[in-house]
Amino acid sequence: MLPRAIRNMLGRNLMLTLGSGIVLAMSLAALLAPLIAPFHPDALHLDHILEPPSSRFWLGTDRLGRDVFSRLLFGGRISLWVGFVAVGISVSIGTTLGLISGYFRSWVDECIMRFVDIMLCFPSFFLILAVIAFLEPSLTNIMIVIGLTSWMGVTRLVRAETLSLRERDFIAAARLSGTSSYHILVRHILPNTLAPVLITATLGIAGAILTESSLSFLGLGVQPPTASWGNMLMDGKAVISTAPWLSLYPGLAILVTVLGYNLLGESLRDFFDPRLHVR
Amino acid sequence: MLNSRTPQLFGVMLHILKKTLWILLVLLGITVISFWIIHLAPGSPTDMETTLNPLAGAASRQRLEELYGLNRPLYVQYWDWLVRLVHLDFGNSMSVDARPVLTKIMERLPLTVGMNVISLMLTLLIAVPVGIISACRRNSLLDKIITILVFLGFAMPSFWLALLLMLFFGIELQWLPISGLTSINFDHLDLWGKFCDLVRHLALPVLVYTVGGLAGMSRYMRACMLETLRQDYILTARAKGLSNRAVIMRHALRNALLPVITLLGLSVPGLIGGSVIIESIFALPGLGQLFYGAVMARDYTMIMGNLVLGAVLTLLGNLLADVCYGIADPRIRTKRGER
Repeated sequence: MLPRAIRNMLGRNLMLTLGSGIVLAMSLAALLAPLIAPFHPDALHLDHILEPPSSRFWLGTDRLGRDVFSRLLFGGRISLWVGFVAVGISVSIGTTLGLISGYFRSWVDECIMRFVDIMLCFPSFFLILAVIAFLEPSLTNIMIVIGLTSWMGVTRLVRAETLSLRERDFIAAARLSGTSSYHILVRHILPNTLAPVLITATLGIAGAILTESSLSFLGLGVQPPTASWGNMLMDGKAVISTAPWLSLYPGLAILVTVLGYNLLGESLRDFFDPRLHVR
Repeated sequence: MLNSRTPQLFGVMLHILKKTLWILLVLLGITVISFWIIHLAPGSPTDMETTLNPLAGAASRQRLEELYGLNRPLYVQYWDWLVRLVHLDFGNSMSVDARPVLTKIMERLPLTVGMNVISLMLTLLIAVPVGIISACRRNSLLDKIITILVFLGFAMPSFWLALLLMLFFGIELQWLPISGLTSINFDHLDLWGKFCDLVRHLALPVLVYTVGGLAGMSRYMRACMLETLRQDYILTARAKGLSNRAVIMRHALRNALLPVITLLGLSVPGLIGGSVIIESIFALPGLGQLFYGAVMARDYTMIMGNLVLGAVLTLLGNLLADVCYGIADPRIRTKRGER
């Protein structure tokens, strides 16, 4: 029964089909990278330097003769990993602060919201850049810093949901029957905020992937020889006039992946937001 | 007339006062956070000249730290920096040239701000009509095509777009230069020639900036327009027999534009961040490049100067949006006193 319901849903909504299809395909490609990739991502083929796409090297080779297709697959792992962990961090912080802020109101709410305002005025890419450069660029640092600078949207969203939920009868009933604040927040309010959080998280993954690739492109992200889509583009830029394929495919991979998560997020929003159906 | 306006004027003054205080507080918060993060992070501006230089010993490092005042407790350093900041003294750059931070920033500011302002205007000029059209012809073929383009625009990494444009216009067609601000023979050109040269060099960067903002702006415009078109007063306007054009241009547009103004103010931090990437790709001597260099050299005063400036620009953007909002929406003006 469930598969059919999902099938109907997919059939009705092109955006959802496309989005989930891309996300699924990209995730599979990243997970199965070691099995799919024809070569080791760091294997040098010094007699095949800067070769255009051919039947042996499907997407060509780079300056060190490494297979671009294999590197793309492994770069995908980095992108997805960064996306998920960074969003995990930002959603955890955002949800916690939003719940506290919306439920307890008064000065706690005021403090948290003003802090959110301050963080929103930060030229955050400047800050990310500075912190990463200082802490030495590494995958862990990038994920943490992106997570720590992108929780404000989630906080506002969860706070708004909590504000309206806490006035509802079932919360009043829970409070009357002596349930603790912690229990009310975690058991009764949190589950009801999950849908909008899920949507924001999906869109957030797209944002995190873009930020990571921008950092890597500037040389402050994932460090070579580890392949990431951003640093592959950085490498490609130096030889853009002689080997344009190096500047083409990694960017396409970013575009398609980010597009997938955006489509998925937007269609989830359509699905969960009843106002859009009324229109 | 004067009497009836006085309380309103008072309300406006109070609002402005509150707003100003809040802005100062935010600025203070931003400086505290950035100062702490930057100074506590490993590495120091003296690294370049000491640790990385085999000829320099521990003594010279100490001398340098004393020179920059880095050996004092952090809160003393912060207080010192803050006091000088109040006098608009950002200190001297800790890099080799040791020129005042403010001078170096002011040299770079016109280019970055200029490019951003031009591309913001272009974005608005394109996004507003596009948003209106796709809202009014909702679900038409045109709307669907625009929606697809918007999604592509959202997902397009700005640096990849820049690379593609360089590849196409710079290398394939050889129409436009791919990097730098001016050609080698710039000094020998007449005024018109200089202008054309600048325009040719800035065309691609401005295009990248514009495309970056276009998707979000037109999507938002469309959503606001749809929201407005559902309102009762639009129904009233239609019911009294106004033409479609009059309903949209006179009644709907002004209301739909309001949230877009706010979005403009909020987009400033993104633009500042984007300038690092775009300027580094096109090798443009703007703020982004300055900041990137400062970060690489751990030039504390320069980094702080840039962060403060970025925050000030952001807050100014928000304030400007607020003022525009007030001008565009009479309801806000009368409600001012309540906030």
